[in-house]
Amino acid sequence: MSLLEVRDLKVTYGSGAAAVPAVRGVDLTLEPGTKLGVAGESGCGKSTLALALLRLLPASARIEGEILLDGEDVLAMSWGRLRAVRWAGASIVFQGAMHSLNAVHRIGDQIAEPLLVHGRATPAAARKRVGELLEHVGLPAARAAAYPHELSGGQRQRVMIAMALACDPRLIVADEPTTALDVMIQAQILRLIERLVAEQSISLLMISHDLAVLADTCDRLAVMYAGRVVEEGPARAVYEAAEHPYGRALSSAFPRIGDLASRRAPRGLPGDPPDPADLPGGCTFHPRCPVAVDACAEQDQELREAGAGRRAACVHVGSTS
Amino acid sequence: MTTASTPADVARAEKARATDGAPRTGSSLGYLRHAAGKVGGALVSLLAVLVTSFFLFRIIPGDPVKAMTHGVPTSAEQLATLRRQFGLDLPLWQQFTDYCAKALSGDLGTSFQFRAPVGDLIAEKLPATLLLTGVAVVIYSALGLWLGTRSAWRHGRLGDKLNTGIALTLWSVPSFWLGLILIIVFSVGMGPIPGLFPTGGMESGTGETGFAYALDVAHHLVLPVVTLVAVGYAQTLLVMRSSLLDEMGGDYLTTARAKGLRDDVVRRRHAVPNALLPTVTMIFINLGHVAAGSILVETVFSWPGLGGLFYQALSVPDLPLVQGLFVVFAGAMILMNLIADLLYPLLDPRVGR
Repeated sequence: MSLLEVRDLKVTYGSGAAAVPAVRGVDLTLEPGTKLGVAGESGCGKSTLALALLRLLPASARIEGEILLDGEDVLAMSWGRLRAVRWAGASIVFQGAMHSLNAVHRIGDQIAEPLLVHGRATPAAARKRVGELLEHVGLPAARAAAYPHELSGGQRQRVMIAMALACDPRLIVADEPTTALDVMIQAQILRLIERLVAEQSISLLMISHDLAVLADTCDRLAVMYAGRVVEEGPARAVYEAAEHPYGRALSSAFPRIGDLASRRAPRGLPGDPPDPADLPGGCTFHPRCPVAVDACAEQDQELREAGAGRRAACVHVGSTS
Repeated sequence: MTTASTPADVARAEKARATDGAPRTGSSLGYLRHAAGKVGGALVSLLAVLVTSFFLFRIIPGDPVKAMTHGVPTSAEQLATLRRQFGLDLPLWQQFTDYCAKALSGDLGTSFQFRAPVGDLIAEKLPATLLLTGVAVVIYSALGLWLGTRSAWRHGRLGDKLNTGIALTLWSVPSFWLGLILIIVFSVGMGPIPGLFPTGGMESGTGETGFAYALDVAHHLVLPVVTLVAVGYAQTLLVMRSSLLDEMGGDYLTTARAKGLRDDVVRRRHAVPNALLPTVTMIFINLGHVAAGSILVETVFSWPGLGGLFYQALSVPDLPLVQGLFVVFAGAMILMNLIADLLYPLLDPRVGR
């Protein structure tokens, strides 16, 4: 059984005429012990997706579909069951740990909190476990007494990771875990996440706008555009030879080390991401698409098979172009 | 910083990064420095208050000697004698230096109208005022914190609207009017309501002692405290509500929810401590007003406190007494602000380190 299975997930903010669809029918599958990357521009719904997994969205958001975590539908859980699953079943490493940690509590107490809430440890045992967790993420155990503002950005992200590991979850959702960090620290944090996930065979769902980072870390990749997955497949393959024109634009937006051509002229994508409240008809990508044909403005494109374990939502996929 | 190229180097750099480059942890020294700065600032403010109080009340029009002898036939000679007695014949600068020298040694001078040391007069009335406003401030701060928190957490709902609506309405009510209405309804008695509480004063004067006396005072306290609380709690409520609303979008609250905490634990343990700082500032400003009391409410309820004394002193003007009261009022404010400043670092580790 898959560890996480998202079926036709739709998230809408607001209602009536003001309804904004942020996620418009997403299917994802994550096998135990594997790493899935979700890529996309800001506003494509990827963070909404992350929050929806544990029903952390504000009350104004309407969620439809199914989120099966270990076979159990998160969306159908009672509040008590949901609280028990949060952090213990799946934990989240949030973006920008400055604001994701509580400024007035010591980090040790914040790491210990889920242990105590889920009854995993007595207060004394929790203190000991906090020390171990900190050492595990490369921080001295004594830092447990520090407040978040006394740590650097990278150290705070380590704390966030230690916290995510506290209850030995089977799944960690990492939402832009390295976005606010400088490149050196970014690499360290990625290696750390990779190492810990491999050591404890935790599954990872990593969300980022940086395709290169995801391709480097994950086994499989899903590219999101305007609230939908437009391409998915093995990470390397998607990164190096995307089937969907948006996937190609995304992977060439970051100059590759050693590739002088891309370094001199990094290719971007013209235009802005579409406004989720006012999506273009047909294929939502067609106004920005360099290879759009007339049919793209009319026909919505569904994901279709595009080679071994790959799917893409483009009219050119599968055709003999 | 090390330049890392291979994974092994990165791993080593991870370790190094974790131990170096961390901002200071030693906090007790930082706190002492913070505290010393705040105490120094408070002393400077107090000196400024001493100086201001002297000049401020000499700008008020009115001749104290004439006012005291009002309606009594007095010769110019007698007036001159009185002036000399009070030291009002001396040049202003000399009056000032005398005042400063005495004030610094703790002597606030002698009241013109009561012919008694200002310090004694204030000391006599202070406990009554501290009791009344102290009890009121504690109650309305607690009430405002509690209701403000509930209001913000369920903002936009009916409860929130009722809550803030009632608080704002009561805030707009003049305290003397509310006091009078309460006296009419609950002291005089109205319709089926008997006269439950005394109309004024602090004690019945029937010579109770010990516990019976305390009960008697409490009985007298009820109506004036209710008046002050009703008019005063809105401020705390609104400040707590808005600062908690500011915190409610905080990412750390999403983290707390993701951890599987119950909603009320998220509120109590994570949101409220972060929202407390502005409210605590205001509570201490209110506590600073405790000494000054509420002249209106003390007058309506004939409460034997400093408010009435201040009113009497101003009408003369009894210069040493108003000066002394001013120093005490301002001093209380400075002291409460100092306590608030010393408390901040304990509430929020980011302050003063």
